[in-house]
Amino acid sequence: MGLRTPLYDTHVAAGARMVDFGGWDMPVNYGSQIDEHHAVRRDAGMFDVSHMCALDLTGSRTREFLRYLLANDVAKLKTAGKALYSCMLNEQGGVIDDLIVYYMHDSWFRMVVNAGTRDKDIAWIRQQAIAFSVEVKVRDDLAMIAVQGPNARSKVVSVLGEATQSALELKIFSGAELGGYFIARTGYTGEDGFEVLLPKEDVAQTWRTFHAAGIAQCGLGARDTLRLEAGMNLYGNDMDEAQSPLESGLAWTVAFEPTERNFIGRASLEAQQRAGLSRKMVGLLLEDRGVLRSHQPVIVEGQPNGEITSGTFSPTLERSIALARVSVAAQGSVKVDIRGKHLVARIVSYPFVRNGKACIEL
Amino acid sequence: MSNIPADLKYLSSHEWVRVDEDGSLTVGISDHAQSALGDLVFVETPDVGRQLKAGEAFAVVESVKAASDVYSPVSGEVLAVNESLVATPELINQAPYGEGWLMKLRPSDSSELSKLLDASAYQAVVDAAH
Repeated sequence: MGLRTPLYDTHVAAGARMVDFGGWDMPVNYGSQIDEHHAVRRDAGMFDVSHMCALDLTGSRTREFLRYLLANDVAKLKTAGKALYSCMLNEQGGVIDDLIVYYMHDSWFRMVVNAGTRDKDIAWIRQQAIAFSVEVKVRDDLAMIAVQGPNARSKVVSVLGEATQSALELKIFSGAELGGYFIARTGYTGEDGFEVLLPKEDVAQTWRTFHAAGIAQCGLGARDTLRLEAGMNLYGNDMDEAQSPLESGLAWTVAFEPTERNFIGRASLEAQQRAGLSRKMVGLLLEDRGVLRSHQPVIVEGQPNGEITSGTFSPTLERSIALARVSVAAQGSVKVDIRGKHLVARIVSYPFVRNGKACIEL
Repeated sequence: MSNIPADLKYLSSHEWVRVDEDGSLTVGISDHAQSALGDLVFVETPDVGRQLKAGEAFAVVESVKAASDVYSPVSGEVLAVNESLVATPELINQAPYGEGWLMKLRPSDSSELSKLLDASAYQAVVDAAH
C-alpha cells in the first residue's frame, strides 16, 4: 500500500483508477482522460495535488538564504504573495528539484516541492539552512487542490464565499491568505486557475463542493497531457540531478544577474557556458501516425542524437508531441525510432498549447 | 465491473477470440483491457497475409497513457484487419467486443484453440489482478 492523501477515499468512491505515483496512491483518471483534459482547456477541472509538499521557511535571513539556495532570484519578489518558479541545484549544477516559492513577508517564504523528491529536498534545505538560522517547517497539516481552466477562478470563488472574493483580483503568479485558505493564481496546465492550500480536515468537503459546482474531477493522466501541451517540464522525466537547467529548456529560470549573487551551482553553470553547451531541449511534433514516448531515440541525418524526455498524444492538437534533448545543432525535420520504425517529426518551439489555443502550426 | 461475454475465448494477456461460422477467428482486446489502458489514440495493425505464431505480438494499441502489445491467440494467417481503427481507435473503448475488433485470423492448428480460457477462467484472471 502506498501513501495516501486525505482525498484517497473520495477518489476511490468516485470510481477513480488508482496508480502508484512516486510512492503515492493517486487517481490517474476517473473516466475518460481525454474528457478530463478537455474540461480543463474549455471549462474547469480540479486535481488532488496534496501529495506535493508545502514547506514554510521562517527567520530574519530567509530571503538571503533563498538567494543562495535557488537558481532563480527571490529578490524579484517585492510584493507579498508573489510567486517564483525556480530550480534548486546541487554544486555540479544538476537539478535537485523544481519548485514554486511564495513571498509571504520578509521573514516567511512558502515553498511547494515535488512529492517524489520530498525527503531529499527537506534534508538538503535543512542542511543548507543551518548557516542562515532559517527554520524549515513541513506543512503536512495542509492539503492542496489545483483548480484549472478558463472558468476555474469564478467557480472557486462562488463556492468558497465572500471571504475569498478578492482572490479574483490576484495577479498571475500571486497568492494570498483568504478566509483560512491560501489561494494562488498558479498551476501546471497552461490555463488560468487557482491552487488552493487548505487544512486537510476540510479538503474532502471542499472537493465535494467544487464538484457540485461543476468543476470536473481530473486525474494525474490529464495533468500530464496538459502540462506537456503547455511545455512545462516534469521533474524526473525532463530533468534530474544529472542534467543542467541550461540543457533542460530552463535557462530562463536561472538568474545570472546580479553577478555578485552567489547561488549553489552557479560556478558549474558558468563553467558549462564557457565550455559551450552541447545539448538543448526542443519540442517535437510527430508528422506520421503514432505516439511519441519518453526514451525513444531521436535520429538526425541518420545518426542517433539524444532522446525524447516526455511524449504523449495531445488531446487538444490531436497529434503526438514531445520534449526531447538533442544536440544544439539539430533543427528542422528529424526522425524518431518507435519500435524500430523511423517516423518523421518536426522540431517546433513550445509551448504547444496555451489558454486553450494551439501555439504551433500543424 | 468489466464485461466478459460467455460465448468468447480469452487469453490471460486480455485478448478475446470469437470462432466464426466459417472457422475463422475474430480477435480483439477485452473490456477489462480497454478500461485499464484508458482512451485509445493509436492502433498499429498487422499486414493482411502475415503468418502469426501463437503468442506472437501482432498489434500495438496505444492509449494516452501507454503502449501495449497485443498477442495472437493461436497460429495462423491474418485474413483482415479493422481499418476503422486507423481513424477511430476509440471504437475499442466504445465496443471492445464489437466494432473495436482488431483482426480476423485463419487458424493453422485448431487444436491450439483448446488452450484458450473460457469466460469463467478469464474472470478469475481479472479478479486476481485486483
